[in-house]
Amino acid sequence: MCLGVPGLVVELDDLTAVVDFWGVRRRVRLDLVDEPVAIGDYVLNHVGFAIRRIPVEDVQATLAVYEQLLQESTEGTREDLMAADVRSELAAGAPRESKP
Amino acid sequence: MKYLSEYRDAAIARPLIERIKREATRPWTLMEVCGGQTHTIVRQGLDELLEGAIEMIHGPGCPVCVTPLEQIDKALMLAARPEVIFTSFGDMLRVPGSDCDLQQVRARGGNVRVVYSPLDALEIARRHPDREVVFFAVGFETTAPANAMAVWRARELGVPNFSVLVSHVTVPPAISAIMQAPDNRVQAFLAAGHVCAVMGWTEYEPLAMRHRVPIVVTGFEPLDILEGILMAVEQLETGRHTVENQYVRSVRREGTPAARTRVQEVFELVDRKWRGIGEIPMSGLRLRPAFAAFDAELKFGLGDIHVNESPECHAGEVLTGKLKPPRCPAFGTRCTPEHPLGALMVSSEGACAAYYHLAKYRAASAAEPAGAVS
Ligand code: SF4
Repeated sequence: MCLGVPGLVVELDDLTAVVDFWGVRRRVRLDLVDEPVAIGDYVLNHVGFAIRRIPVEDVQATLAVYEQLLQESTEGTREDLMAADVRSELAAGAPRESKP
Repeated sequence: MKYLSEYRDAAIARPLIERIKREATRPWTLMEVCGGQTHTIVRQGLDELLEGAIEMIHGPGCPVCVTPLEQIDKALMLAARPEVIFTSFGDMLRVPGSDCDLQQVRARGGNVRVVYSPLDALEIARRHPDREVVFFAVGFETTAPANAMAVWRARELGVPNFSVLVSHVTVPPAISAIMQAPDNRVQAFLAAGHVCAVMGWTEYEPLAMRHRVPIVVTGFEPLDILEGILMAVEQLETGRHTVENQYVRSVRREGTPAARTRVQEVFELVDRKWRGIGEIPMSGLRLRPAFAAFDAELKFGLGDIHVNESPECHAGEVLTGKLKPPRCPAFGTRCTPEHPLGALMVSSEGACAAYYHLAKYRAASAAEPAGAVS
Protein backbone atom coordinates (compact mmCIF):
# COMPACT_ATOMS: atom_id res chain seq x y z
CA MET A 1 0.00 0.00 0.00
CA CYS A 2 2.90 2.35 -0.28
CA LEU A 3 4.03 2.30 -3.89
CA GLY A 4 2.84 5.65 -5.18
CA VAL A 5 2.18 6.26 -8.89
CA PRO A 6 3.67 8.70 -11.39
CA GLY A 7 1.50 11.23 -13.19
CA LEU A 8 1.81 14.35 -15.35
CA VAL A 9 0.92 17.75 -13.90
CA VAL A 10 -1.57 19.40 -16.28
CA GLU A 11 -3.04 22.18 -14.14
CA LEU A 12 -1.80 24.06 -11.11
CA ASP A 13 -3.64 26.07 -8.51
CA ASP A 14 -1.56 27.04 -5.50
CA LEU A 15 -1.28 23.85 -3.46
CA THR A 16 -3.36 21.57 -5.62
CA ALA A 17 -2.60 20.24 -9.06
CA VAL A 18 -4.59 18.31 -11.60
CA VAL A 19 -2.50 15.29 -12.51
CA ASP A 20 -3.03 13.00 -15.48
CA PHE A 21 -2.47 9.29 -14.87
CA TRP A 22 -2.72 7.48 -18.18
CA GLY A 23 -5.76 9.53 -19.10
CA VAL A 24 -7.34 9.56 -15.66
CA ARG A 25 -7.25 13.02 -14.09
CA ARG A 26 -7.11 13.56 -10.36
CA ARG A 27 -6.58 16.48 -8.04
CA VAL A 28 -3.46 16.07 -5.98
CA ARG A 29 -2.19 18.12 -3.04
CA LEU A 30 1.29 19.57 -3.30
CA ASP A 31 1.90 20.32 0.41
CA LEU A 32 4.51 17.61 0.76
CA VAL A 33 6.82 18.18 -2.22
CA ASP A 34 9.63 20.56 -1.52
CA GLU A 35 10.71 21.36 -5.03
CA PRO A 36 8.66 23.78 -7.10
CA VAL A 37 6.32 21.86 -9.37
CA ALA A 38 5.39 23.16 -12.82
CA ILE A 39 2.93 22.13 -15.50
CA GLY A 40 4.59 19.41 -17.55
CA ASP A 41 6.43 17.90 -14.56
CA TYR A 42 5.91 14.35 -13.46
CA VAL A 43 5.22 13.74 -9.79
CA LEU A 44 5.01 10.56 -7.72
CA ASN A 45 1.69 10.46 -5.95
CA HIS A 46 0.58 8.57 -2.90
CA VAL A 47 -2.87 8.65 -1.28
CA GLY A 48 -3.81 12.02 -2.74
CA PHE A 49 -0.46 13.76 -2.23
CA ALA A 50 2.50 14.34 -4.50
CA ILE A 51 5.47 13.05 -2.49
CA ARG A 52 8.22 13.68 -5.03
CA ARG A 53 8.88 15.51 -8.25
CA ILE A 54 10.37 12.92 -10.59
CA PRO A 55 13.61 14.16 -12.13
CA VAL A 56 13.29 14.47 -15.92
CA GLU A 57 15.95 11.86 -16.56
CA ASP A 58 14.03 9.30 -14.45
CA VAL A 59 10.59 9.82 -15.94
CA GLN A 60 10.81 7.27 -18.75
CA ALA A 61 12.15 4.47 -16.59
CA THR A 62 9.59 5.14 -13.89
CA LEU A 63 6.65 5.18 -16.29
CA ALA A 64 7.85 1.98 -17.95
CA VAL A 65 7.77 0.09 -14.65
CA TYR A 66 4.17 1.03 -13.99
CA GLU A 67 3.03 0.49 -17.54
CA GLN A 68 4.44 -3.01 -17.45
CA LEU A 69 2.67 -3.70 -14.17
CA LEU A 70 -0.68 -2.42 -15.37
CA GLN A 71 -0.41 -4.09 -18.76
CA GLU A 72 0.45 -7.49 -17.31
CA SER A 73 -2.46 -7.29 -14.98
CA THR A 74 -4.93 -6.73 -17.81
CA GLU A 75 -3.64 -9.70 -19.78
CA GLY A 76 -5.99 -11.69 -17.69
CA THR A 77 -4.28 -14.93 -16.85
CA ARG A 78 -2.97 -13.94 -13.48
CA GLU A 79 -4.10 -11.97 -10.61
CA ASP A 80 -1.68 -9.25 -9.77
CA LEU A 81 -2.38 -7.72 -6.44
CA MET A 82 0.33 -5.17 -6.79
CA ALA A 83 -1.41 -3.85 -9.89
CA ALA A 84 -4.55 -3.63 -7.78
CA ASP A 85 -2.58 -1.45 -5.39
CA VAL A 86 -1.50 0.78 -8.23
CA ARG A 87 -5.11 1.05 -9.34
CA SER A 88 -6.21 2.14 -5.91
CA GLU A 89 -3.47 4.75 -5.99
CA LEU A 90 -4.90 5.90 -9.30
CA ALA A 91 -8.28 6.24 -7.63
CA ALA A 92 -6.79 8.38 -4.89
CA GLY A 93 -7.28 12.04 -5.58
CA ALA A 94 -7.63 14.97 -3.25
CA PRO A 95 -11.31 15.79 -2.98
CA ARG A 96 -12.48 19.28 -3.83
CA GLU A 97 -13.04 20.74 -0.39
CA SER A 98 -16.61 21.72 0.37
CA LYS A 99 -17.31 25.17 1.78
CA PRO A 100 -18.00 24.94 5.49
CA MET B 1 12.29 -20.75 -14.81
CA LYS B 2 8.87 -20.32 -16.23
CA TYR B 3 7.87 -17.35 -14.13
CA LEU B 4 10.97 -15.37 -14.71
CA SER B 5 11.03 -16.24 -18.40
CA GLU B 6 7.72 -14.49 -18.75
CA TYR B 7 9.33 -11.36 -17.54
CA ARG B 8 10.42 -9.03 -20.31
CA ASP B 9 13.95 -8.70 -18.97
CA ALA B 10 14.62 -12.38 -18.47
CA ALA B 11 17.68 -12.05 -20.70
CA ILE B 12 19.16 -9.50 -18.33
CA ALA B 13 17.96 -11.27 -15.22
CA ARG B 14 19.61 -14.60 -15.93
CA PRO B 15 23.18 -13.32 -16.05
CA LEU B 16 22.49 -11.40 -12.84
CA ILE B 17 21.35 -14.57 -11.14
CA GLU B 18 24.45 -16.39 -12.37
CA ARG B 19 26.61 -13.58 -11.10
CA ILE B 20 25.01 -13.63 -7.64
CA LYS B 21 25.57 -17.36 -7.46
CA ARG B 22 29.19 -16.98 -8.56
CA GLU B 23 29.97 -14.22 -6.10
CA ALA B 24 28.37 -15.97 -3.12
CA THR B 25 31.13 -18.22 -1.81
CA ARG B 26 28.77 -19.42 0.93
CA PRO B 27 25.00 -19.24 1.43
CA TRP B 28 23.82 -15.86 2.69
CA THR B 29 20.54 -14.96 4.35
CA LEU B 30 18.93 -11.68 3.32
CA MET B 31 15.72 -10.04 4.44
CA GLU B 32 13.56 -7.72 2.39
CA VAL B 33 11.45 -5.30 4.43
CA CYS B 34 9.02 -4.24 1.75
CA GLY B 35 5.76 -5.92 0.86
CA GLY B 36 6.14 -4.90 -2.79
CA GLN B 37 9.48 -6.69 -2.93
CA THR B 38 8.04 -9.76 -1.20
CA HIS B 39 5.31 -9.86 -3.79
CA THR B 40 7.81 -9.69 -6.67
CA ILE B 41 10.25 -12.20 -5.17
CA VAL B 42 7.57 -14.82 -4.59
CA ARG B 43 5.63 -14.19 -7.76
CA GLN B 44 8.66 -14.28 -10.03
CA GLY B 45 10.14 -17.21 -8.13
CA LEU B 46 13.37 -15.27 -7.50
CA ASP B 47 13.89 -17.11 -4.22
CA GLU B 48 13.74 -20.44 -6.04
CA LEU B 49 16.14 -19.28 -8.75
CA LEU B 50 18.66 -18.29 -6.08
CA GLU B 51 18.24 -21.41 -3.99
CA GLY B 52 21.43 -22.69 -2.47
CA ALA B 53 23.14 -19.30 -2.74
CA ILE B 54 20.72 -16.87 -1.14
CA GLU B 55 17.90 -17.38 1.28
CA MET B 56 15.33 -14.58 1.31
CA ILE B 57 13.39 -14.05 4.53
CA HIS B 58 10.25 -12.02 3.92
CA GLY B 59 10.36 -9.50 6.75
CA PRO B 60 7.71 -7.26 8.26
CA GLY B 61 7.42 -5.06 5.17
CA CYS B 62 3.70 -4.70 4.96
CA PRO B 63 1.95 -2.15 7.16
CA VAL B 64 -1.36 -3.97 6.95
CA CYS B 65 0.27 -7.15 8.26
CA VAL B 66 2.05 -5.62 11.24
CA THR B 67 -0.77 -3.40 12.50
CA PRO B 68 -1.20 -4.75 16.04
CA LEU B 69 -4.32 -6.69 16.89
CA GLU B 70 -5.08 -4.12 19.63
CA GLN B 71 -5.45 -1.38 17.01
CA ILE B 72 -7.58 -3.61 14.76
CA ASP B 73 -9.88 -4.38 17.68
CA LYS B 74 -10.11 -0.69 18.51
CA ALA B 75 -11.03 0.00 14.89
CA LEU B 76 -13.75 -2.63 15.13
CA MET B 77 -15.10 -1.08 18.35
CA LEU B 78 -15.21 2.37 16.80
CA ALA B 79 -16.76 1.18 13.55
CA ALA B 80 -19.58 -0.47 15.48
CA ARG B 81 -20.57 2.79 17.24
CA PRO B 82 -23.78 4.25 15.84
CA GLU B 83 -22.51 7.85 15.71
CA VAL B 84 -19.31 6.91 13.86
CA ILE B 85 -18.47 6.81 10.17
CA PHE B 86 -15.30 4.72 10.09
CA THR B 87 -13.00 5.36 7.14
CA SER B 88 -10.04 3.25 6.09
CA PHE B 89 -7.82 2.25 3.19
CA GLY B 90 -9.40 -0.77 1.53
CA ASP B 91 -6.69 -3.26 2.49
CA MET B 92 -7.58 -3.01 6.20
CA LEU B 93 -11.15 -4.23 5.80
CA ARG B 94 -10.38 -7.93 5.78
CA VAL B 95 -7.67 -7.96 8.43
CA PRO B 96 -8.86 -10.29 11.15
CA GLY B 97 -9.39 -8.83 14.61
CA SER B 98 -10.00 -10.90 17.73
CA ASP B 99 -13.45 -12.01 16.59
CA CYS B 100 -14.32 -10.34 13.30
CA ASP B 101 -13.13 -7.84 10.68
CA LEU B 102 -14.27 -4.41 9.48
CA GLN B 103 -16.16 -5.92 6.59
CA GLN B 104 -18.26 -7.98 9.01
CA VAL B 105 -18.90 -4.92 11.15
CA ARG B 106 -20.14 -3.20 8.03
CA ALA B 107 -22.40 -6.14 7.15
CA ARG B 108 -23.92 -5.83 10.62
CA GLY B 109 -24.80 -2.21 10.01
CA GLY B 110 -21.61 -0.35 10.92
CA ASN B 111 -20.88 2.65 8.72
CA VAL B 112 -17.49 1.65 7.28
CA ARG B 113 -16.25 3.43 4.18
CA VAL B 114 -13.21 2.78 2.03
CA VAL B 115 -11.21 5.89 1.19
CA TYR B 116 -8.19 6.21 -1.09
CA SER B 117 -6.82 9.30 0.60
CA PRO B 118 -7.02 10.57 4.19
CA LEU B 119 -8.36 13.79 2.64
CA ASP B 120 -11.45 11.87 1.50
CA ALA B 121 -12.07 11.04 5.16
CA LEU B 122 -11.67 14.67 6.14
CA GLU B 123 -14.09 15.70 3.41
CA ILE B 124 -16.66 13.16 4.66
CA ALA B 125 -16.34 14.75 8.12
CA ARG B 126 -17.01 18.19 6.68
CA ARG B 127 -20.10 16.96 4.85
CA HIS B 128 -21.47 15.19 7.92
CA PRO B 129 -20.96 17.58 10.83
CA ASP B 130 -23.52 15.62 12.86
CA ARG B 131 -21.44 12.41 12.72
CA GLU B 132 -18.06 11.45 14.14
CA VAL B 133 -15.70 10.53 11.31
CA VAL B 134 -12.71 8.40 12.27
CA PHE B 135 -9.86 7.60 9.87
CA PHE B 136 -7.64 4.54 10.42
CA ALA B 137 -4.15 6.03 9.99
CA VAL B 138 -1.88 3.10 9.22
CA GLY B 139 1.25 2.76 7.15
CA PHE B 140 4.99 3.18 7.00
CA GLU B 141 7.00 6.34 6.42
CA THR B 142 5.56 6.80 2.93
CA THR B 143 2.00 7.25 4.16
CA ALA B 144 2.73 9.07 7.42
CA PRO B 145 3.22 12.52 5.80
CA ALA B 146 -0.14 12.32 3.99
CA ASN B 147 -1.93 11.24 7.16
CA ALA B 148 -0.13 13.91 9.17
CA MET B 149 -1.22 16.45 6.59
CA ALA B 150 -4.87 15.41 6.91
CA VAL B 151 -4.75 16.02 10.68
CA TRP B 152 -2.98 19.30 10.10
CA ARG B 153 -5.63 20.34 7.61
CA ALA B 154 -8.42 19.30 10.02
CA ARG B 155 -7.01 21.69 12.60
CA GLU B 156 -6.55 24.42 10.02
CA LEU B 157 -10.12 24.11 8.76
CA GLY B 158 -11.54 23.47 12.24
CA VAL B 159 -13.23 20.10 11.78
CA PRO B 160 -14.08 18.96 15.33
CA ASN B 161 -15.86 15.77 14.26
CA PHE B 162 -12.76 14.33 12.56
CA SER B 163 -10.31 12.08 14.39
CA VAL B 164 -7.72 9.44 13.57
CA LEU B 165 -6.90 6.04 15.03
CA VAL B 166 -3.13 6.04 14.58
CA SER B 167 -1.12 2.89 14.07
CA HIS B 168 1.91 4.11 12.14
CA VAL B 169 5.18 2.22 12.29
CA THR B 170 8.68 3.07 11.09
CA VAL B 171 11.13 0.61 9.59
CA PRO B 172 14.56 1.37 11.13
CA PRO B 173 13.64 0.32 14.71
CA ALA B 174 12.33 -2.97 13.33
CA ILE B 175 15.67 -3.62 11.60
CA SER B 176 17.39 -2.96 14.90
CA ALA B 177 15.06 -5.32 16.76
CA ILE B 178 15.59 -8.07 14.19
CA MET B 179 19.38 -7.73 14.43
CA GLN B 180 19.24 -7.86 18.24
CA ALA B 181 17.08 -10.99 18.42
CA PRO B 182 19.22 -13.80 19.89
CA ASP B 183 18.28 -16.23 17.11
CA ASN B 184 18.63 -13.75 14.26
CA ARG B 185 19.81 -15.20 10.96
CA VAL B 186 19.59 -12.10 8.79
CA GLN B 187 22.95 -11.01 7.35
CA ALA B 188 21.87 -8.16 5.07
CA PHE B 189 18.76 -6.13 4.35
CA LEU B 190 17.02 -4.81 1.28
CA ALA B 191 15.26 -1.60 2.31
CA ALA B 192 12.24 -0.29 0.42
CA GLY B 193 13.16 2.24 -2.23
CA HIS B 194 9.82 4.01 -2.23
CA VAL B 195 9.73 4.28 1.58
CA CYS B 196 13.13 5.93 1.36
CA ALA B 197 11.77 8.32 -1.28
CA VAL B 198 10.18 10.16 1.62
CA MET B 199 12.51 9.53 4.54
CA GLY B 200 15.82 9.17 2.72
CA TRP B 201 18.29 6.70 4.19
CA THR B 202 20.22 8.70 6.75
CA GLU B 203 18.51 6.74 9.53
CA TYR B 204 19.85 3.50 8.10
CA GLU B 205 23.47 4.59 8.25
CA PRO B 206 23.95 4.23 12.04
CA LEU B 207 22.10 0.90 11.89
CA ALA B 208 24.45 -0.53 9.27
CA MET B 209 27.41 0.59 11.38
CA ARG B 210 26.12 -0.55 14.74
CA HIS B 211 24.95 -3.97 13.62
CA ARG B 212 27.66 -4.38 10.99
CA VAL B 213 25.00 -5.23 8.44
CA PRO B 214 24.79 -4.22 4.77
CA ILE B 215 21.59 -2.37 3.87
CA VAL B 216 20.75 -1.80 0.20
CA VAL B 217 17.95 0.59 -0.72
CA THR B 218 16.22 -1.33 -3.50
CA GLY B 219 13.27 -1.01 -5.88
CA PHE B 220 10.44 -3.49 -6.25
CA GLU B 221 10.95 -4.74 -9.81
CA PRO B 222 12.62 -8.10 -10.43
CA LEU B 223 15.78 -6.53 -11.88
CA ASP B 224 15.95 -3.99 -9.07
CA ILE B 225 15.74 -6.75 -6.51
CA LEU B 226 18.37 -8.91 -8.18
CA GLU B 227 20.71 -5.93 -8.40
CA GLY B 228 20.04 -5.12 -4.75
CA ILE B 229 20.83 -8.70 -3.78
CA LEU B 230 24.05 -8.60 -5.81
CA MET B 231 25.13 -5.38 -4.10
CA ALA B 232 24.41 -6.89 -0.68
CA VAL B 233 26.35 -10.05 -1.57
CA GLU B 234 29.33 -8.01 -2.75
CA GLN B 235 29.35 -6.21 0.61
CA LEU B 236 29.05 -9.46 2.54
CA GLU B 237 31.83 -11.12 0.55
CA THR B 238 34.20 -8.22 1.11
CA GLY B 239 33.26 -7.68 4.75
CA ARG B 240 31.73 -4.25 4.20
CA HIS B 241 28.58 -2.98 5.89
CA THR B 242 27.28 0.29 4.56
CA VAL B 243 24.08 1.71 3.13
CA GLU B 244 24.02 1.62 -0.65
CA ASN B 245 21.33 2.80 -3.03
CA GLN B 246 20.33 0.53 -5.88
CA TYR B 247 17.16 2.54 -6.49
CA VAL B 248 18.86 5.75 -7.53
CA ARG B 249 16.02 6.76 -9.79
CA SER B 250 13.67 7.86 -7.08
CA VAL B 251 15.58 8.27 -3.85
CA ARG B 252 17.79 10.95 -2.40
CA ARG B 253 19.82 10.46 0.75
CA GLU B 254 17.84 13.10 2.62
CA GLY B 255 14.43 12.04 1.27
CA THR B 256 11.77 14.75 1.07
CA PRO B 257 12.41 17.24 3.90
CA ALA B 258 9.00 18.96 3.69
CA ALA B 259 7.27 15.64 4.28
CA ARG B 260 9.62 14.66 7.11
CA THR B 261 9.00 17.98 8.82
CA ARG B 262 5.24 17.63 8.67
CA VAL B 263 5.48 14.14 10.19
CA GLN B 264 7.60 15.47 13.05
CA GLU B 265 5.22 18.34 13.69
CA VAL B 266 2.16 16.13 14.00
CA PHE B 267 3.50 12.83 15.33
CA GLU B 268 5.90 11.70 18.04
CA LEU B 269 7.67 8.38 18.55
CA VAL B 270 6.13 5.75 20.79
CA ASP B 271 6.79 2.08 21.62
CA ARG B 272 4.58 0.04 19.32
CA LYS B 273 3.63 -3.61 19.04
CA TRP B 274 4.07 -5.21 15.63
CA ARG B 275 1.64 -8.00 14.93
CA GLY B 276 3.44 -11.33 14.96
CA ILE B 277 6.63 -9.78 16.30
CA GLY B 278 5.85 -8.03 19.57
CA GLU B 279 6.72 -4.65 20.98
CA ILE B 280 9.55 -2.71 19.36
CA PRO B 281 10.79 0.34 21.28
CA MET B 282 10.18 3.70 19.62
CA SER B 283 8.95 2.09 16.42
CA GLY B 284 5.55 3.70 16.20
CA LEU B 285 4.03 7.14 15.81
CA ARG B 286 1.24 8.77 17.80
CA LEU B 287 -0.26 12.24 17.68
CA ARG B 288 1.53 14.94 19.63
CA PRO B 289 -0.41 16.50 22.54
CA ALA B 290 -1.10 19.60 20.42
CA PHE B 291 -3.27 17.39 18.20
CA ALA B 292 -4.93 15.44 21.03
CA ALA B 293 -8.36 16.70 19.96
CA PHE B 294 -8.01 14.57 16.83
CA ASP B 295 -6.90 11.41 18.61
CA ALA B 296 -9.73 8.87 18.37
CA GLU B 297 -8.30 6.80 21.23
CA LEU B 298 -8.62 9.77 23.59
CA LYS B 299 -11.86 11.07 22.14
CA PHE B 300 -13.63 7.76 22.63
CA GLY B 301 -11.71 6.75 25.78
CA LEU B 302 -10.56 3.43 24.34
CA GLY B 303 -7.76 2.69 26.83
CA ASP B 304 -6.15 -0.75 27.09
CA ILE B 305 -8.02 -3.69 25.68
CA HIS B 306 -7.66 -7.44 25.80
CA VAL B 307 -7.00 -9.22 22.51
CA ASN B 308 -7.18 -12.74 21.26
CA GLU B 309 -4.82 -13.82 18.42
CA SER B 310 -5.71 -16.94 16.46
CA PRO B 311 -3.64 -19.74 18.01
CA GLU B 312 -3.35 -21.29 14.56
CA CYS B 313 -1.50 -18.36 13.02
CA HIS B 314 2.28 -18.63 12.79
CA ALA B 315 2.87 -15.13 11.46
CA GLY B 316 5.71 -14.46 13.90
CA GLU B 317 7.65 -17.48 12.63
CA VAL B 318 6.98 -16.52 9.01
CA LEU B 319 8.19 -12.95 9.58
CA THR B 320 11.43 -14.13 11.16
CA GLY B 321 12.12 -16.76 8.52
CA LYS B 322 11.59 -19.79 10.76
CA LEU B 323 8.65 -20.99 8.72
CA LYS B 324 7.84 -20.65 5.02
CA PRO B 325 4.13 -19.88 4.55
CA PRO B 326 3.24 -23.14 2.74
CA ARG B 327 4.56 -25.00 5.79
CA CYS B 328 1.99 -23.37 8.06
CA PRO B 329 -0.60 -26.11 8.80
CA ALA B 330 -3.45 -23.69 8.13
CA PHE B 331 -2.05 -22.41 4.79
CA GLY B 332 -4.50 -22.83 1.96
CA THR B 333 -6.91 -24.86 4.07
CA ARG B 334 -8.13 -23.07 7.19
CA CYS B 335 -6.43 -19.88 6.07
CA THR B 336 -7.07 -18.42 2.60
CA PRO B 337 -7.40 -14.87 1.27
CA GLU B 338 -11.18 -15.39 1.39
CA HIS B 339 -11.05 -16.50 5.03
CA PRO B 340 -7.75 -15.28 6.45
CA LEU B 341 -6.69 -16.36 9.93
CA GLY B 342 -3.78 -13.99 9.96
CA ALA B 343 -2.99 -10.61 8.46
CA LEU B 344 -0.22 -12.05 6.25
CA MET B 345 -2.91 -13.78 4.18
CA VAL B 346 -4.90 -10.59 3.59
CA SER B 347 -2.83 -7.95 1.92
CA SER B 348 -1.25 -8.15 -1.51
CA GLU B 349 2.03 -7.52 0.27
CA GLY B 350 1.73 -10.25 2.89
CA ALA B 351 4.05 -13.25 2.44
CA CYS B 352 1.28 -15.82 2.95
CA ALA B 353 -0.99 -14.20 0.37
CA ALA B 354 1.94 -13.97 -2.07
CA TYR B 355 2.65 -17.72 -1.75
CA TYR B 356 -1.03 -18.54 -1.94
CA HIS B 357 -1.50 -16.66 -5.21
CA LEU B 358 1.65 -18.18 -6.67
CA ALA B 359 0.43 -21.66 -5.83
CA LYS B 360 -2.95 -20.92 -7.34
CA TYR B 361 -1.39 -19.47 -10.47
CA ARG B 362 0.89 -22.46 -10.87
CA ALA B 363 -1.99 -24.83 -10.37
CA ALA B 364 -3.96 -23.02 -13.05
CA SER B 365 -1.14 -22.86 -15.58
CA ALA B 366 0.04 -26.43 -14.99
CA ALA B 367 -3.59 -27.63 -14.85
CA GLU B 368 -2.70 -29.92 -12.02
CA PRO B 369 -3.33 -29.71 -8.30
CA ALA B 370 -0.77 -27.60 -6.47
CA GLY B 371 -0.07 -28.66 -2.92
CA ALA B 372 -2.39 -27.38 -0.29
CA VAL B 373 -4.30 -25.07 -2.58
CA SER B 374 -7.47 -26.54 -3.95
S1 SF4 C 1 -0.93 -19.12 6.44
FE1 SF4 C 1 -2.48 -17.91 7.59
S2 SF4 C 1 -2.45 -18.83 9.63
FE2 SF4 C 1 -0.56 -19.49 8.63
S3 SF4 C 1 0.97 -17.95 9.19
FE3 SF4 C 1 0.10 -17.28 7.25
S4 SF4 C 1 -1.56 -15.88 7.85
FE4 SF4 C 1 -1.04 -17.06 9.70
